[in-house]
Amino acid sequence: MLEYAPAPSPEEIREVVAPLAELEGPLLPMLHAIQEVWGHVPQAAVPVLADLLNLGRAEVHGVISFYHDFRDHPAGRRVLKICRAEACQAVGGAAVAQSVLDRLGLDWHGTTPDGALTVEPVYCLGLCACGPAAMLDGRVIGRVDADRIEAELKTGDVEARA
Amino acid sequence: MKIWVPLDSAAKALGADQVADAIAREAAARGLDVQIIRNGTRGMVWLEPLVEIDAGQGRVAFGPVTPADVPALLDGSLPCHGPVENIPFFGRQTRLTFARCGLIDPLDLDDYAAHGGLVGLRRAIGMSQVEIVQEVADSGLRGRGGAGFPTGIKWRTVSDAVADQKYIVCNADEGDSGTFADRMIMEGDPFTLIEGMAIAGLGVGATRGYVYMRSEYPDAIRVMEAAVVIARRRGVLGADVLGSGRAFDMQIRTGAGAYVCGEETSLLNSLEGKRGTVRAKPPLPALEGFLGKPTVVNNVISLATVPVIFEKGAQHYADFGLGRSRGTVTLQIAGNVRQGGLFETAFGMSLGEVVNDIGGGTLSGRPVKAVQVGGPLGAYMPVSKFDTPMGYEEFDQKGGLIGHAGLVVFDDSADMLQMARFAMEFCAVESCGKCTPCRIGAVRGVETIDRIAAGDPGAAALLTDLCETMKDGSLCALGGFTPYPVMSALTQFPDDFATHKEAAE
Repeated sequence: MLEYAPAPSPEEIREVVAPLAELEGPLLPMLHAIQEVWGHVPQAAVPVLADLLNLGRAEVHGVISFYHDFRDHPAGRRVLKICRAEACQAVGGAAVAQSVLDRLGLDWHGTTPDGALTVEPVYCLGLCACGPAAMLDGRVIGRVDADRIEAELKTGDVEARA
Repeated sequence: MKIWVPLDSAAKALGADQVADAIAREAAARGLDVQIIRNGTRGMVWLEPLVEIDAGQGRVAFGPVTPADVPALLDGSLPCHGPVENIPFFGRQTRLTFARCGLIDPLDLDDYAAHGGLVGLRRAIGMSQVEIVQEVADSGLRGRGGAGFPTGIKWRTVSDAVADQKYIVCNADEGDSGTFADRMIMEGDPFTLIEGMAIAGLGVGATRGYVYMRSEYPDAIRVMEAAVVIARRRGVLGADVLGSGRAFDMQIRTGAGAYVCGEETSLLNSLEGKRGTVRAKPPLPALEGFLGKPTVVNNVISLATVPVIFEKGAQHYADFGLGRSRGTVTLQIAGNVRQGGLFETAFGMSLGEVVNDIGGGTLSGRPVKAVQVGGPLGAYMPVSKFDTPMGYEEFDQKGGLIGHAGLVVFDDSADMLQMARFAMEFCAVESCGKCTPCRIGAVRGVETIDRIAAGDPGAAALLTDLCETMKDGSLCALGGFTPYPVMSALTQFPDDFATHKEAAE
């Protein structure tokens, strides 16, 4: 849905971030707010933020590109994150992740051709005593295997993101 | 009848929400008067979802419970563990920081106060800044985030600094694999963190605080945000903290998926809205921290432990522990382990006792090969070092570090060369890029380990040299400590590196 929406105008972006201008260190909260609304941080946001916060455009771009969370284009309708960290590896997480990626025909950060799903690595969900762990649209799942993830993907395909 | 079903992420990941729904449906169908309370976790993850029922004779525990078990649960025919205290894993603990976690409704401030909450803050209100800082110093509390720096000394530096604004920043960027204590306390007893930060504010003269949380912890963020709103409404936070006439308020901030932001200076940059690059020290954050002002940066567990220190007194806390490691350590037992979860105990238990006795050995039933203690930057400890007592200095002497006290257990199927490679790969992905040994070294580290795997006989010496450079030349613990897992894997498990060599020859 979101990816077909027209690019937001500078005014729309300003409207979303302006209430946050009084915060100490407002840039990250602003970027989160933008991504919450548009599913990614559109290019058009850079000059708006630079102007509002009296920063150079390069500085704003530098911040956006530093953090793994901020996307420059929308993700799939659903986002699956699979933990790659050590505790999940200790219980076979790497094999589970590889199997899921193979079944979907994706690599890390890849999106299915129909735009339904993006798969991303995550380094620890704090579910280290019930790994391998995954997160589907903000919902945590423990002790997963590839079948369990496949089953989860089939259910609630159009559920709102948490 | 009261029924507790945890809202903790680990419990939810294992189906707690579905169990709570099933209980509500089944109770309604039977016309039972049931009050479902979503508590934090008791920390026994292998028993989650762990449901407790009080039908008038005290709380008894069931678990793991599935939705299909619910009819039997309400019939009273499901086998139970008795009170949680009867479960050896729980009964053997000394719960100070986590005393309320799992016991109370996390967002019920009255429940919190009924279980010792706010006693510490009220006591601190009657004390001077100097007395508050001295109390923390006397408790022997050291930074639970990993560095183990004495909290009292940090507070004193900030307290003595002169500035128009000071800050309390809670480092809740718990990115280390194998650690989840911060998440559990924030989801299960958020007011204890808020109270600890308020005491810190009174102690150093700071009126504003921030909790910097991970975006990977959406459940914890929701609970913390709700708790701050409640605390503000009830006067625990605000212009007049509990009627003291002194101000302290705080905000929850969310990171954006950068591991390095768990490093305090990088966290401060991120909080200011910059790239999360590391700052050179000095100046110390205690003198020039958030927005250049004196700032206490403490880990969640350090701050969440402050209320119990003020409630029971510094001496009570200091009476637990070993050597210079005073009080309790919140062990997080994880990975390939039969009984994983949070185990709070006095410092001093041996590593082997924790893994084999408390954790019950591996989940797979195979022999333990290694335990990574202290997160991705901690050493892999072989079974031959299982007599090492859990203590900051004791681990240091054995070439390891306790860090945030997370333990990740691996069975004998683990390939330590691959684990060493992963450590370098992770460092390369997460390096902030500020210093060369970390930024370039991690990439070269991956390549060098690949050369070892391919049978290059000179590569191991090169890797050792590279690790020395990273250790000595990196600005922060990411580049500086990545050599711990790498070198411990190389030196403690040489067979895993030699096999590859022989196979190639």
